[in-house]
Amino acid sequence: MDNENEKVGETTKATDRQYGVGHTLIGKNYTTPDLYAKVTGQAKYAEDFRAEGMLFSKLLLSPMPHARVKRINTEAALRMPGVKAILTADDLPAPADTLTDNGTVVKASKWGERGLTNEPVYQGEPILAVAAVDELTAAEAIEKIEIDFELLPFVVDPLDTLRPGGPNPRTDGNVWTRPASPQGPGAPVVTELKWTKADFAEEKHGRLPMGKAPDEWSYGDLDSGFKNAALVLDETFLTPDTSHQTLETRSAMAYWQNGKVFLYTGTQSTAQTLPAIARWLNIDAEKVVFISEYTGGGFGSKITGGVSMIIPALLAKKTNAPVMMRISREEETFIGRARPGFQGRMKVGFSKQGRITALDMFVICDNGPYDAVGDAPSSGRIVSLLYQPQAMHWRGVTVLTNTPPRSAQSSPGGLQGIVILEPIIAKAARQLGVDQVAIRRINCPEGKAPFGPPQQGKMQHATSAFLKEALDRGAEQFQWSERVARTPKRVGTKVRGVGVSLSCYVGGTIGFDGLLVITPEGRVTFQSGIGNLGTESVSDVHRAGAELLGVPWEKCDVVWGNTAKNLPFTCVSGGSQTTHAMTRAAYATAMDAKKKLQEIAAKKLGGKPEQYEVANERVFRKGGAGMTLAQAAKYAIQLGGVYDGHEAPDDIHKLTKASVAALAGQGLVAAAKDNYPRDGVTFSYVASFAEVEVDVETGKYHLVDFLASGDVGTVIHPRALGGQMLGRSTLGIGHALGQKWVFDPHYGQMVSKRFHHSKPPTILDVPVDMQWTALDIPDPETPVGARGVGEPPVAGGCASILNALSDALGDNVFQRAPVNADTILTSLEAGRPMQHPLMAHI
Amino acid sequence: MTEKAGPKATGDIPKSVSRRNFIKGVITSGVAVSSASYLFRASSVLEGQPSAAGVGERLITLNVNGQQRRVDVMKQETLASTLRYKLGLTGTKLGCDRAECGSCTVLIDDLPHYSCSVLTHTVRGRKVLTIEGLASADGTLHPVQQGVIDEQGFQCAFCMSGFIMTTVGYLKTNPSPTRQQLAYGVSGCLCRCQDYDKILTALMQGVENMRRSNLG
Repeated sequence: MDNENEKVGETTKATDRQYGVGHTLIGKNYTTPDLYAKVTGQAKYAEDFRAEGMLFSKLLLSPMPHARVKRINTEAALRMPGVKAILTADDLPAPADTLTDNGTVVKASKWGERGLTNEPVYQGEPILAVAAVDELTAAEAIEKIEIDFELLPFVVDPLDTLRPGGPNPRTDGNVWTRPASPQGPGAPVVTELKWTKADFAEEKHGRLPMGKAPDEWSYGDLDSGFKNAALVLDETFLTPDTSHQTLETRSAMAYWQNGKVFLYTGTQSTAQTLPAIARWLNIDAEKVVFISEYTGGGFGSKITGGVSMIIPALLAKKTNAPVMMRISREEETFIGRARPGFQGRMKVGFSKQGRITALDMFVICDNGPYDAVGDAPSSGRIVSLLYQPQAMHWRGVTVLTNTPPRSAQSSPGGLQGIVILEPIIAKAARQLGVDQVAIRRINCPEGKAPFGPPQQGKMQHATSAFLKEALDRGAEQFQWSERVARTPKRVGTKVRGVGVSLSCYVGGTIGFDGLLVITPEGRVTFQSGIGNLGTESVSDVHRAGAELLGVPWEKCDVVWGNTAKNLPFTCVSGGSQTTHAMTRAAYATAMDAKKKLQEIAAKKLGGKPEQYEVANERVFRKGGAGMTLAQAAKYAIQLGGVYDGHEAPDDIHKLTKASVAALAGQGLVAAAKDNYPRDGVTFSYVASFAEVEVDVETGKYHLVDFLASGDVGTVIHPRALGGQMLGRSTLGIGHALGQKWVFDPHYGQMVSKRFHHSKPPTILDVPVDMQWTALDIPDPETPVGARGVGEPPVAGGCASILNALSDALGDNVFQRAPVNADTILTSLEAGRPMQHPLMAHI
Repeated sequence: MTEKAGPKATGDIPKSVSRRNFIKGVITSGVAVSSASYLFRASSVLEGQPSAAGVGERLITLNVNGQQRRVDVMKQETLASTLRYKLGLTGTKLGCDRAECGSCTVLIDDLPHYSCSVLTHTVRGRKVLTIEGLASADGTLHPVQQGVIDEQGFQCAFCMSGFIMTTVGYLKTNPSPTRQQLAYGVSGCLCRCQDYDKILTALMQGVENMRRSNLG
């Protein structure tokens, strides 16, 4: 039973606010169709599947950070009873080129990650896999394998490879660059970049060396911006590498049947994982069936699953048996992806009121050894949008290292850029005597806010921004002024501090497909290609379609999680795209269904289609004839053609076309591509507020209160939204509280391998009454008004705590995140920051 | 090297199993035998005939979710792997296999335990309750499960069974916790989606549901 009016303290819980005013389904809470299976333990994740005769595989991981495999002797292992096959890099299919939707061929990168390797480029990289009747046998077989390695040069800190004469992490070089060409920047390539001794002179001052940067852009007059500034600050700041640590590792199971591979693993997109598997295995997409009904978290690490899933697929082919590859937590730390840490530096000019007149931003992104991540360029874009600097210069260098592979993690680049700048703004506010909320308000993006880099001389712009309103509402709900004014700040050894941060990230893409069937029983089946990783967008977005069609949710079914069930081509659930992109697709599809219903009714009952309305499970004329949706579906089957899926629209994706064809004749089939216009790029915004209490005797601190105030467009599902607002904030909070990688640079070995080394926030690390609120103002550039929210809160979670800490302790305590007790104690004792200012992974 | 068959007497690990082999067994095997073997044994159990234990295994009886289950178990086998791979109960999850995350929490004699860190042979004669054993035979959910439905608790739900089982056990000792007390009670469970606020709301609703169901 809902406690709709329960008040917590003096604040109404955000989930009890009235959302969805004027809507029947949008903005209302409901029970998602997957929840019963989850709560009874029936929901199957990848490692829960079983198959007759299933084998188990274990991986052999590289003990060295960079090496060449000279010799492998598997004789003793293969002789063991119960050992069925061994898979090495030599067994991998050649990586396939990609064919984009407009026909361009993107060649497979020769530096790409392939799943197994004969040249491991990080300690922990899988070299080979053994399949056996059980894990014990597989593990013992691995111990019997003899491998000779030749150690190659290695490096774990980006600055160490940029140093003149420093080692390279790969034989071809140490940075990713995009060679210029007449068609624009080409595909990324690995090249060598070394800075000079003069560049590194900054090091002894504890400031980031800033040598040549392959990527650079600027706008405005930087020099005059600095000249006219009342205050200029030049700060160096480091952000941590944090493993995604999805609670479900990337275990995978596979078997082959009638020439098709059936693959089970976690993913952030059911539909788009299919072509990824086809590419990795270099087979036709028609030969792949991908099953993923439940995924135990992604956060950017399983955008289309991960290449490691081909290992059980290939072993299954070799052994002609199903193969389960169970990934342990320690293996997951190596292959499970992580956010790249940044070594960053910003020179910022402020007016007397705190307006940013000039911003010179330089970031080094630790890319790991494989595919280029986009964090560095994203950091510049996000900072440019969020703080609207009057003039800006951005430089970035994406450096390879022999550390585990990175990928996007919620707010890739956004978190890093914001976390570097926010402490500078907090410091400036103190030095200028400006209130912390006021200084952010004056720099806030508004409306169709511009952001860089300029393209063909023109700035890009956002679809909309109501962050000022979110900041104001958050400050009021958090009682900001009262908390700031509250005295005493210090009682005994306990000191309080309050902090605020802006936060934002992209919030939606466009151009994907929807697909639904109105059945002859009058039910609506929504085909959902969205991944089910816990965001609930897999079913939330279809509420928009159901509402448009006037069908009660009880009459709706959502089909998801299996590519053999005829799914449309959907966006990946990454980049906070889904709620925006797929409500648009759902809307377009419902409109297609509505149009077909009107046409069918007009054909059967006379009059013009426009005269018919669709509501209350019927299509009817005012005061005249009508029919139920069930009847319309039966007529659709009779009419055939476009009405029941025998003909499909030209512009939908070929995967959607195949699904439409497979559903033909089952009822009224509606399929459409989202062709709605959009002026600008979609972002969502959050203002984050935190109060901490620090014990200066022990260095320990805890989060007393937290609030996230969002401008995220129309609210679709309040409870799910609250889960994202606070859950993603907490992911960011972990970057302040203590999550990071630690490496032994001498041997290139990872030290922080388990949860207790890099602990994700526990339930005791956050207040039991975290607060959130959302404006519920529709984005004007999308029909349903909804934007994505997975990433926008993340940076604010981290930065609001950092700002609360500097409010409590002053500006001479930390120069990087996370902030641990030892940092606080040593810095307070010395009167200046005591952590090394530039070294990574400490 | 394969495990030698152990003595028929209860309990003791034979001294012939070296510590290194024992640790190797525990560390490297989440799974002792393939599912095909499990299926074979299950059918022979149903027919009432004890099957011959495989090498290193012995047939024992476990009380799981109110049922007596006969199952072959290796000495170093953990309760989590027995549940998941031999008893078809995959609702209990493995998040770390090392007592760090709580995903594998089950109740043993009403107390929450990390099943990844409990040797199966030590739970003979004790009551094991997993997530699959909470709902009643007619499908009616346990009040705590219903609380999760009421408040749309959890996101990816991989941690869910651990949190729910921990709560059910905790409420036996403290049936009317405050939100803060309940947070301490379930602090042995990690949620990486970090849904803690909504989880607490859902579990507190479960507390309320229990209170109402006890009132009759």
